[in-house]
Amino acid sequence: MNKFKTLTGVAAPLPLINIDTDMLIPKQFLKTIKRTGLGVHLFSEMRYDEIGEEVKDFVLNKSSYRDAEILVAGDNFGCGSSREHAPWALLDFGIKIIISSSFADIFYNNCFKNGILPIIVDNDTRDDLLKDAENGSNARLTVNLEDQEITRPDGSKVPFEIDEYKKHCLIEGLDDIAVTLDNREKIDIFESNTFQKFPWL
Amino acid sequence: MKIKTTLYDKIWDHHVVSRQSDGTCLLYIDRHLVHEVTSPQAFEGLRMSGRKVRAPHKTIAVPDHNVPTTIDRTKGIDNEESRIQVEALDKNAKDFGINYYPVDDVRQGIVHIVGPEQGWTLPGMTVVCGDSHTATHGAFGALAHGIGTSEVEHVLATQTLIQKKSKNMKVEITGVLGAGVTAKDVTLSVIGRTGTAGGTGHVIEYCGDVIKNLSIEGRMTVCNMAIEGGARAGLIAPDDKTFEYVKGRPHAPVGKNWKLAIDHWNTLKTDEGAVFDQIVHINGSDIEPVVTWGTSPEDVLPITARIPQPEDFDGGKVDAVRRSLEYMGLKPGDNLQDVAIDTVFIGSCTNGRIEDLRQVVDIMKGHSVKDGIRAMIVPGSGLVKKQAEEEGLAQKLIEAGFEWRMAGCSMCLAMNPDQLSPGERCAATSNRNFEGRQGRGGRTHLMSPAMAAAAAITGRLTDVRQF
Ligand code: SF4
Repeated sequence: MNKFKTLTGVAAPLPLINIDTDMLIPKQFLKTIKRTGLGVHLFSEMRYDEIGEEVKDFVLNKSSYRDAEILVAGDNFGCGSSREHAPWALLDFGIKIIISSSFADIFYNNCFKNGILPIIVDNDTRDDLLKDAENGSNARLTVNLEDQEITRPDGSKVPFEIDEYKKHCLIEGLDDIAVTLDNREKIDIFESNTFQKFPWL
Repeated sequence: MKIKTTLYDKIWDHHVVSRQSDGTCLLYIDRHLVHEVTSPQAFEGLRMSGRKVRAPHKTIAVPDHNVPTTIDRTKGIDNEESRIQVEALDKNAKDFGINYYPVDDVRQGIVHIVGPEQGWTLPGMTVVCGDSHTATHGAFGALAHGIGTSEVEHVLATQTLIQKKSKNMKVEITGVLGAGVTAKDVTLSVIGRTGTAGGTGHVIEYCGDVIKNLSIEGRMTVCNMAIEGGARAGLIAPDDKTFEYVKGRPHAPVGKNWKLAIDHWNTLKTDEGAVFDQIVHINGSDIEPVVTWGTSPEDVLPITARIPQPEDFDGGKVDAVRRSLEYMGLKPGDNLQDVAIDTVFIGSCTNGRIEDLRQVVDIMKGHSVKDGIRAMIVPGSGLVKKQAEEEGLAQKLIEAGFEWRMAGCSMCLAMNPDQLSPGERCAATSNRNFEGRQGRGGRTHLMSPAMAAAAAITGRLTDVRQF
């Protein structure tokens, strides 16, 4: 996984609440057995009409937002299914940061596993950042993960909270599985202890 | 004095392999359920890094999302991508030596129905699956939640998950349910009350007399939709009913182990006076038969209500309601009971069990599906289907005008050919009414099997208490 430090990029506004995983990537695109190539299908049903033409006023179809790397969105982003195809599609499109006032748990976790940074801010900050994002290609935000800070286009800074361990994994680009397998012995011991106590497991 | 703990605290503590100073834990996983949609990339990852499945005997796979539900499905899957996905699961199960129920096995079905049916799900366990409705298994007092594909790979390789503990939330439903009110109405009403983000960051324990009096099937329906309430998992303390359900299932403990298990399972309850971070109390007699009117599972109203005005809501919800009413083709102020439907879908991991089918037969007595309505029943597993056929339910349902299908997820998410067309309106017993969920442009109203049966009879959203 790539290491994550700071990023300056165009932020696209998506003020809808409850953006669910079916909106992010509808089920007909879950049939792939790969992780890549899903970017063209991101927000498919909002982005394209019945005959597959782009819907002009959908934000990511506007020229100023085509290269967006940051999304600023309404409450409860990513609710619905556990499909990791949602972060895969976002990443494949080029989105590396999502800012919202709240995220659904599974989606939030899935982001970190793919090097995407989901940032939780309070409602007022979200509304401020939505306004910033509405300024077209001037809507550039800088996110510094190390210092846990978002720099707005006017130069002012907003702090954000993030779990220490998750931050560490993103910054170092750690492979979770390799880290856990280093603890193999602990798992072995746990397994044999549990089997003695709960032999039916 | 002993610290008072909740059911969630207890199960969590039993499974912590190691704990870091910031509270991040390595949690042991007792059961890992796998289906074809969220697993191919995980197995591919194992192959690429030369890793094995650590505990193949604790890993169970079954294809369900993509499988056709027509009788002729033994002929194979037409859609190439669906076929490749199911074939990939066949191969992965074989290569990695995990328990497998292929499409032509009578035990095949929706993963969350097969797990409990085969006795893989037991009280006190940790259960995960690359699927958000893993919450279903919480009905047994198992800590069960959905994970993403990277985590599927992590569990396959290590039989553990890296997790931080969620908060405790109690949803207590007291009193008794009125006539025509079922587990589905209970779980929908809870979401209507708390909202789809109400449980975010929490594990919900459902308790109170209403929950106690539900069957295990009903409890599964309630826990299934904990995720629609935003919660990471739903839990119900195991009791004699739970043990009775589990006993004798193919993978349930036997003999001396059964006794040891019961002793342990009897300790799995929240201590009197344990602290919850959030408590919701609902009086069971206030719950009515409900339907959803919008495109979020929180858009719930009693069937006797009228379609709301966007202006009745606040904040971001005003626009969301406007958008969803437009999508649903509904006018504020109209009676819900005047809304005509085209299709009825009975099935899914929420309501595809034998008890659900019995409810439908009950309502259909002396009635039939209204002319012109497409009505489909998709049993949750091959064994549910078989049992319904043996009990004579299937025959009655077919005579009443329903299509009788093979087991699978089917029109719950329409990855197979069972889909709504644009504008088609469906009375569905599944769990999500998102835009496009059952097919692009399709309009979904969530409800109980009994309410769906009533809608099949009249051709519109209907109060089941009429029958
Ligand atoms: S029935 Fe529906 S909700 Fe349940 S596992 Fe299948 S697709 Fe998911």
